[in-house]
Amino acid sequence: MSELDVNQVTWREWLLTDEPTSRRHARLANFYQGWLSLRGNSMAMFGLGILILLLLVAIFAPILSPHDPFEQSLGNRLQPIGSENHILGTDSLGRDILSRLIYGSRITLYIVALVALIAPVAGLLVGTVAGYIGGWADAVLMRITDIFLAFPRLVLALAFVAALGAGIENAVLAISLTAWPPYARIARAETLTIRSADYISAIRLQGAKPLRIITKHIWPLCISSLIVRVTLDMAGIILAAAGLGFLGLGAQPPSPEWGAMISEGRRFILDYWWVATMPGLAIFTVSLAFNLLGDGLRDVLDPKDGG
Amino acid sequence: MLVLKENKRRRARAPSLRFIKAAVLTLGSVAVTMLGLLFVTFIIGRVMPIDPVLAIVGERASQSTYDAIYEQLGLDKPIIVQFFYYLFDIIRGDFGVSLLNARPVSEDIARVFPATMELATLGVFIGIILGVPLGVIAAVNRGSWIDQVVRVIALVGYSMPIFWLGLIGLLIFYGILGWVSGPGRLGIFYQDIVPLRTGMILIDSLIAGNFSVFKNAFSHIVLPASLLGYYSLAYISRMTRSFMLEQLSAEYVTTARVKGLSERAVIWRHAFKNIRVQLITVIALSYANLLEGSVLTEIIFSWPGIGSYITTALLSADMNAVLGGTVVVGLIFICLNILSDLLYRVFDPRSK
Repeated sequence: MSELDVNQVTWREWLLTDEPTSRRHARLANFYQGWLSLRGNSMAMFGLGILILLLLVAIFAPILSPHDPFEQSLGNRLQPIGSENHILGTDSLGRDILSRLIYGSRITLYIVALVALIAPVAGLLVGTVAGYIGGWADAVLMRITDIFLAFPRLVLALAFVAALGAGIENAVLAISLTAWPPYARIARAETLTIRSADYISAIRLQGAKPLRIITKHIWPLCISSLIVRVTLDMAGIILAAAGLGFLGLGAQPPSPEWGAMISEGRRFILDYWWVATMPGLAIFTVSLAFNLLGDGLRDVLDPKDGG
Repeated sequence: MLVLKENKRRRARAPSLRFIKAAVLTLGSVAVTMLGLLFVTFIIGRVMPIDPVLAIVGERASQSTYDAIYEQLGLDKPIIVQFFYYLFDIIRGDFGVSLLNARPVSEDIARVFPATMELATLGVFIGIILGVPLGVIAAVNRGSWIDQVVRVIALVGYSMPIFWLGLIGLLIFYGILGWVSGPGRLGIFYQDIVPLRTGMILIDSLIAGNFSVFKNAFSHIVLPASLLGYYSLAYISRMTRSFMLEQLSAEYVTTARVKGLSERAVIWRHAFKNIRVQLITVIALSYANLLEGSVLTEIIFSWPGIGSYITTALLSADMNAVLGGTVVVGLIFICLNILSDLLYRVFDPRSK
């Protein structure tokens, strides 16, 4: 394609072409078409909007929050919603609830990001190795996966946190330990279909070692189904983290973790309902956003399951 | 003629052989899974930061007492031998002694488990009664506003923190409206009136013919059970919808319509009949999930079930109780999974 042609076609046409000129071009075009079909799904876009907002709130927390989330003021405790200076009221130690919610978004994102890094990567490793090598390695790895899959997740996470001690990092570890098996299953299923493909044989004939085949040729193809699953799982992860926090096994006070905030507000629920209600609404909004986005992404990336 | 007979016989024998083989394989994999579950809990118990000997003898015990208990617990043996000790204890139903009340953990679990079962059973019942029709209606009216409403109901169910919804439910229906009773299983005046037979108060009070206890127990259970029911509704309605969509697009449905059958007959007598097997497995799975999901609900509603038991034990570092509870919940979870698998095989004519 000459220099002149590039200037004549618009970006949009370049991205929507049926004849990509390079690998990067094809990839970008593919991505753009996925984006277009996702954009048509208003519910998914709504979810994405909320998540972007959450990200911005977390980044600019110090600017956005009207008060210090840790500053106690006992003279000002349990102020109602809409009171002066405190739009969402204050908690039992006189801390501004809005500011704590804003800072709490950082903790939520932190937990989600860590679990989203650890669990799918672990599952991808186990699943692709099991699927590619096959034989007894497959049997052993998949049996281990089944064992973890057979555990009730929250109860297993509880037992792990009990063993490791309470705290955010341990909660993340416990949730990841219970979250990886489905990813391993998906990755294995994908690997089994890819393994016998002609192009894998071709690469093997060229002398590629298993490590290279797995990391360069199988992993990239597993990613899209994993992303969908991760997005759909995020809501569950947020709920599990909040549940652990609520039980006092996740983030420790005075950390403004949303689940722990509900637990603090629980004692006053009948008289001061907003203290426990506001963080619950925050958790609900974020996990709903992940569910909406996950639904939309599944329709785009994995049309056979939609409907 | 002879060949045909031979063929027939072979065909008759093959499925039963295959069934036995499948059964043996299933049993084997179940055994391995259960062993793995026990191994994981065993390891969790070993990496605990709590010294099991100190927990028994106390901090001021002499070194000789410490050593004696250390040996008695088998901690001087190799870890794999310790695991076998643990295994045999569990097989005999011995989960050790609770550090809190010095009673065997197995007794405690037998006492609290019926409460959880009562709650989860009623919950899944509510989920089926509402979830299945909603799913069918959504599938039949695919893309309409009804479908969207059912979808939103399910999505909200998936996204709601259950413990928070429980708190709000208590606030509204108990605190403000006063329609239901508060936390706990029974009001204080109704305790210990009905003799416990099954451990499930709703059933026990009916057996005893004591309706005032039944009424009180019902007013306590209705809110937590509805919450759990909502969660299984979310799952059951989505699954019902997708199963129904699959059937409704099949050709036999078109044939039935062309034949002039009423829409109701097509939906319920043709399509729905064919998803019953799949539904059974979904229901078994959501029942297993409810047993687990009841942990947080039980805490909110001070429900004396296995979830509260594990959590209380956890917060007081009573490890035998935590691990015993985890093992029991895990085993039930596995059993329900197998059950759903078996039901599928038994009832689905295609798998024979």
